Amino acid sequence: MMNPSQGRGLGSGGGSSSGRKQGGEAVVEMFPSGLRVLVVDDDPTCLMILERMLRTCLYEVTKCNRAELALSLLRKNKHGFDIVISDVHMPDMDGFKLLEHVGLEMDLPVIMMSADDSKSVVLKGVTHGAVDYLIKPVRMEALKNIWQHVVRKRRSEWSVPEHSGSVEETGQQQQQQQRGPAVSGGGDDGVDDNASSVNEGNNWRSSSNNSRKRKEEEGDEQGDDDASNLKKPRVVWSVELHQQFVAAVNQLGVEKAVPKKILELMNVPGLTRENVASHLQKYRIYLRRLGGVSQHQGNLNNSFMTGQDASFGPLSSLNGFDLQALAVAGQLPAQSLAQLQAAGLGRPAAMISKSGLPVSSMVDERSIFSFDNSKPRFGDGIGHHHGQQQQTQQPQMNLLHGVPTGMEPRQLAGLQQLPVGNRMSIQQQIAAVRAGHNVQNSGMMMSLAGQQQVPFPRGGPQSSIRQPMLPNRITERSGFSGRSSVPESSRVLPTNYTNLATQHSSSAVAFNNFQQELPVNSFPLPSAPGLSVPPAQVRKPHSSSSYQEEVNSSEAGFTTPSYDMFSNRQNDWDLRSIAFEAHQDAESVAFSNSEAFSSSSMSRTNNNTTVAATDLGRNQQQTLPSMVPHHQVYGNGPNGGGGSSSVRVKSERDTAAMAFHEQYSNQEDLMSALLKQEGVAPVDTEFDFDAAYSIDDIPGLIGLKAD
Amino acid sequence: MDLVQMQKSLQDYTKSLFLEGVLDSQFLQLQQLQDESNPDFVSQVVTLFFQDSDRILNDLSLSLDQQVVDFKKVDPHVHQLKGSSSSIGAQRVKNACVVFRNFCEQQNVEACHRCLQQVKQEYYLVKNRLETLFKLEQQIVASGGMIPAMELGF
Repeated sequence: MMNPSQGRGLGSGGGSSSGRKQGGEAVVEMFPSGLRVLVVDDDPTCLMILERMLRTCLYEVTKCNRAELALSLLRKNKHGFDIVISDVHMPDMDGFKLLEHVGLEMDLPVIMMSADDSKSVVLKGVTHGAVDYLIKPVRMEALKNIWQHVVRKRRSEWSVPEHSGSVEETGQQQQQQQRGPAVSGGGDDGVDDNASSVNEGNNWRSSSNNSRKRKEEEGDEQGDDDASNLKKPRVVWSVELHQQFVAAVNQLGVEKAVPKKILELMNVPGLTRENVASHLQKYRIYLRRLGGVSQHQGNLNNSFMTGQDASFGPLSSLNGFDLQALAVAGQLPAQSLAQLQAAGLGRPAAMISKSGLPVSSMVDERSIFSFDNSKPRFGDGIGHHHGQQQQTQQPQMNLLHGVPTGMEPRQLAGLQQLPVGNRMSIQQQIAAVRAGHNVQNSGMMMSLAGQQQVPFPRGGPQSSIRQPMLPNRITERSGFSGRSSVPESSRVLPTNYTNLATQHSSSAVAFNNFQQELPVNSFPLPSAPGLSVPPAQVRKPHSSSSYQEEVNSSEAGFTTPSYDMFSNRQNDWDLRSIAFEAHQDAESVAFSNSEAFSSSSMSRTNNNTTVAATDLGRNQQQTLPSMVPHHQVYGNGPNGGGGSSSVRVKSERDTAAMAFHEQYSNQEDLMSALLKQEGVAPVDTEFDFDAAYSIDDIPGLIGLKAD
Repeated sequence: MDLVQMQKSLQDYTKSLFLEGVLDSQFLQLQQLQDESNPDFVSQVVTLFFQDSDRILNDLSLSLDQQVVDFKKVDPHVHQLKGSSSSIGAQRVKNACVVFRNFCEQQNVEACHRCLQQVKQEYYLVKNRLETLFKLEQQIVASGGMIPAMELGF
């Protein structure tokens, strides 16, 4: 479905032929291959592994062990890469700085990765605009799907804002987008200019940039959305244009500014209402973001407009947030960003190198603001969040960094454009994907749905936030991958879950003292499938007999060990297994999902199941986990493997083990089986999983049980 | 030992490493990345890991031996070691690093020393085991055999 013929293209490989296929077609024939990836990590081991994995995915990989080098590579060849993967902790430059720079200057999607799964760091990734956050060790599955970020970004750049909320919408999204203008304002948006948009929609279509395809699609309102969306030519928001825009908005009052009126005020020939609407949405997001953190509308505004003479560094840092946020949100066309940068700064590249990477230099930021200060503060219009107009960027930045929570609610509050529909769809998606386990999340998702408007899939900083991400992902996936919902979820899994897992595991870790026991799992089970696994160390040594007992008593039919291991496993496991699962087809995914739940529940019930499997190496205190349980871990490989494995297992274990293996017989892949097993760490903790997730309630599990 | 026996030994040995938790499934991922076009991938990566880890452990020892331990220096090292060990599947090393980091956060020098010892212990263990593993593989290859794909069917 993805048609790579968009502007910035996806490099050599992007040839997805299908064009207009909706729903589940074999979308990406060739598309992801040749995706040009730049991977940055100071750890040579990881770098080598990543390179190899990416090559195996048929991507074109450039590796780099220094952030500075990476930046210069990117600057030299702005369109030479499609996506950047960067480690967080690097000696020469903080990964987040790199992230900002890349987002700002090149507007490329950036995936952050780290062995650090602590919530704060992941959150930072999100707030800095990372499109995803992977926890090391990174698995192939997680990398296989990174292309979606590229597509998503492109699409969001093309998408029509009103209807969109879109990017993360469900598969319908494109249709919605299409429909938006055609039908009445794509309803959902909640943007008050919808009505006007309806009328204008037709105008736009015929006018300007919209491609004919879009028109056709409008007519159809079907399929091909991606292609058409992608093909729509973009309006480049030059500095002057933006200034005109801002002036118009100010004149109307930010809260009241309607695309139609703005368009009229601006009186720019060739500019469509759609362009304005989309830009407005971005601008609003930008303002919210600013407002949420600090209130320097004015400053932000200035930076937004592009500092004219300010050194690039400071400007970029400022812009980084805003523009990046917007860019990441996919609202701000890459070109615009670049333009803004370029326009304001002369040659950004030049500037950057000049100033080194002063992204964080707060001081400079002030100077940036100085030149463009007459901009009225939009804060007024915006209301609540932008109380304070003149603040140094610094505080703001800090806030941005550190206070995502503050931002989020504001964003939520502020994002008026979030169509209700988004939420619904998101929820639905989630529900669909997560079957029984959305119960707890739905609330979160709902609340965060608004937040999701920023269409970039970022590593969710918190489990709750993450939740919404999932839906978004899901919707997006469905939107453009045309896969079935399940695959989408799976797709989500690797990234979202990864993040989610990260979240949880990090929390788990945070709560748990590694030396100690009990991972306190305050995260609801569903939100963190398996994430809430307590640290391995916690595991208490269990006798094999108890293990077996547990196994036998496994409710779901999964042997206890698996669950325990599952729940106990630390983040990386979760991520991996989930990612792993994710790549499986729907059923696997479902399987893993349910497993997660079941395991959680199991863990609940089987606190002490050592499940040696999980113990493998996990439990620091155990030098050699009992051998027996270990068998489980690597018990079954692919379906066929069951037989042989079971033989041996049987000899060493009891039937429980067999049952365990059988559970995995559905696994198509050895790895997933392994992962699952691996993941099962002895859960000794008392998770707070409560009754919310009884294994029986989990549809997937039930199915498994039957096995 | 004939080829088949060697291959069986290799398999058993590898399995034992998994069973003991010395290696985890990430190692399998590495093995899967190895193919005809990259026949030595695993050993290359692992060798790189050893080199890098030796350096890190050294730095850690030095840092912890200071009069005043600068945890801001210690932590990144441990973090990196955690990342690289987890990337190659050295599970126990990684776990030891996790514990280590906790103590770093608490700035508990004494405990950190112990953790370092633990990490080193696990590291030398995995290093030793992997070196043995590679030797077994070499023997097989030298005898004209193929290294059997890991069948974790046990």
